[in-house]
Amino acid sequence: MNRDEIYAKLTEIFKENLDLDEIELTDETTADDVEGWDSLAHIGLIAAIEQEFGFRFAMKEVVNLHNVGEMVDLILQKIG
Amino acid sequence: MNDLLNQLQYPTDPGLVLRKRNTIRKLLLETGEKRVQKKIAILGGSTTHDIREILNLCLLYNGIEAEFYECEYNQYYEEVMFNNEELKNFHPDIVWFHTSYRNILHTPDVRDTREEVEKKYEAEIRRFQEIWEKCLEELGCTIIQNNFECPFYRLLGNKDASDIHGLTNYIQRLNAAFYEYAQSHENLHIHDLNYVAADYGLSRWHDLSAWYLYKYCCRIEAIPFLAHSVARIIKSLYGKNKKGFVLDMDNTLWGGVVGDDGVQNLEIGSETAAAQAYQEFQQYLKAHQGLGVLLNINSKNDRENALAGLAHPEGVLRQEDFITIKANWNPKSQNMVEIAQELNLLPESLVFVDDNPAEREIVQTQVPHACVAPISCPENYIREIDRAGFFEVTSFSQDDLARTQMYKANAQRVQAAQSFGNYEDYLRSLDMKAEIKPFSAVYMARIAQLTNKSNQFNLTTKRYTWAEIEAVAADPNCITLYGKLTDKFGDNGVVSVMIGRQEKDALHIELFLMSCRVLKRGMEQAMMDELVRRAKEQGITQIRGYYYRTAKNGMVADLYRTFGFTLAETRGDDTVWNLDTKNYKNLQSIITIEH
Repeated sequence: MNRDEIYAKLTEIFKENLDLDEIELTDETTADDVEGWDSLAHIGLIAAIEQEFGFRFAMKEVVNLHNVGEMVDLILQKIG
Repeated sequence: MNDLLNQLQYPTDPGLVLRKRNTIRKLLLETGEKRVQKKIAILGGSTTHDIREILNLCLLYNGIEAEFYECEYNQYYEEVMFNNEELKNFHPDIVWFHTSYRNILHTPDVRDTREEVEKKYEAEIRRFQEIWEKCLEELGCTIIQNNFECPFYRLLGNKDASDIHGLTNYIQRLNAAFYEYAQSHENLHIHDLNYVAADYGLSRWHDLSAWYLYKYCCRIEAIPFLAHSVARIIKSLYGKNKKGFVLDMDNTLWGGVVGDDGVQNLEIGSETAAAQAYQEFQQYLKAHQGLGVLLNINSKNDRENALAGLAHPEGVLRQEDFITIKANWNPKSQNMVEIAQELNLLPESLVFVDDNPAEREIVQTQVPHACVAPISCPENYIREIDRAGFFEVTSFSQDDLARTQMYKANAQRVQAAQSFGNYEDYLRSLDMKAEIKPFSAVYMARIAQLTNKSNQFNLTTKRYTWAEIEAVAADPNCITLYGKLTDKFGDNGVVSVMIGRQEKDALHIELFLMSCRVLKRGMEQAMMDELVRRAKEQGITQIRGYYYRTAKNGMVADLYRTFGFTLAETRGDDTVWNLDTKNYKNLQSIITIEH
């Protein structure tokens, strides 16, 4: 799976979990940029990503995520 | 859309509730439903923010619009004890202490002596009693207090439960002390967090990363269950509990179809697995009677077959356990509405239970706001209904039981009548009091309803809308009367209505009806006495009574004659009667009248 494919899946997960019709994700996107991406939504996103890609994040990994780009890097690393 | 909202009846898909919480909130607010306004302070020992959001949805779903106050993280004790003006000015109706075992300050150590454990235990209890007492005294609010859930590890293994040094043992003792306090303080309600956690599964409930990362006392996915559980208490406190069951019969109360299979072939009892499931389900339903929950039948069956099914020797529920039995071939949505009318309740206050998804769908879509229990197969019926918390108990007061009492009272009256040789003695023993007065605002809805549902004791069968009833009440040419009857067994409510229209010195009785459940108690005579008294005051000399025959009102064809009227005119099946007021003598003296 390449970055574009991961972005496509992430976009769907974000739309579903944040209840949004449209969302544009980039490497620099953070929670502050997206309406409704609060703590609970974040937890939901993490759970949905784990389900979609079939792995569990370690607590340390969740804490160290700062933007969507890092999230994609981490997913690539976990499924790679 | 309904699927989404039904998640709030019980969150079978908690993830969906969490993801769609904004959509759900919008849907709930769009209905424009009138909701009661309440103020709820959530004072937590762990994170509460997202719990509040889901609790809000559960309350909106139950007709409660809450304004929330949340304390700073883990400040539940300080906020109450140190004169917090903000909390005081909020004037909460409810304070919910959302604490968990993580908030226990004084925990036992294996090296402690018995006395040391005891000291810690007492200090811990005292800490909670302080905040409860302060709340009750200074805020005058209702308290909801979590008990403690089981911890996620056990230092002593199995002995953790039985040894005084075990945290599990300590927690159960603290819980017992909480319950004792609750038993002597009716404004404090225990929220059984311990059960919610156990029901969810302790291993899953305790999600340590949710605790370390976000300071949630439970797994995020468990939040809808937690919020739902607290909402049950709150909606019960504000009268939003359901009032009764409306039950299908075939494959709901027993396995099989009584009309096709015959009573002897129904599955109920101890013979087969399914039979046991149905029997326990019947026991579960019957136990609800003790809570004042009304049981009713809504079944596609011939009546005699339905009654035969209820007489099954292995059955638990009997014909006399039900207030209303609708066994016919009408649409179940229609039966549902009629049952509600007969019970004088809103259809939404009744829980419809039917194994057939098509019937559930009809009721759900045809009866506005209908409450339909989502049952699957007999071994799951109890769990699926019980978890929804339709009849959450917050008190065992006499008031809560009054409703069933009213219906039960009718049966008692019949029994009492049998013990008197003389009917008049029996009537005197009932100690009846009636309020017979002109229509007043509080009773308009009930009066309009009576005009639309009374068929038997109804002389003209004239139907009125609420607006028409109000117009008549305001018309100076009309004499209006409602009759409300109380006796030693209970309050029967408004049972009789009269409308007379004055033309010169004559009064024409346009409406005279009475609920048949108070027939032959002297109430019909009392109504006439009062009508004549008021007519005389207005200088009326002649009263005209009209009887319009229908298929159902044959019982009152001769009523006016028995009241001393003379037949003035016959028009086909209809008759007109006349009374000269100066010759009238009061017909009854047993009921004490307030007018």
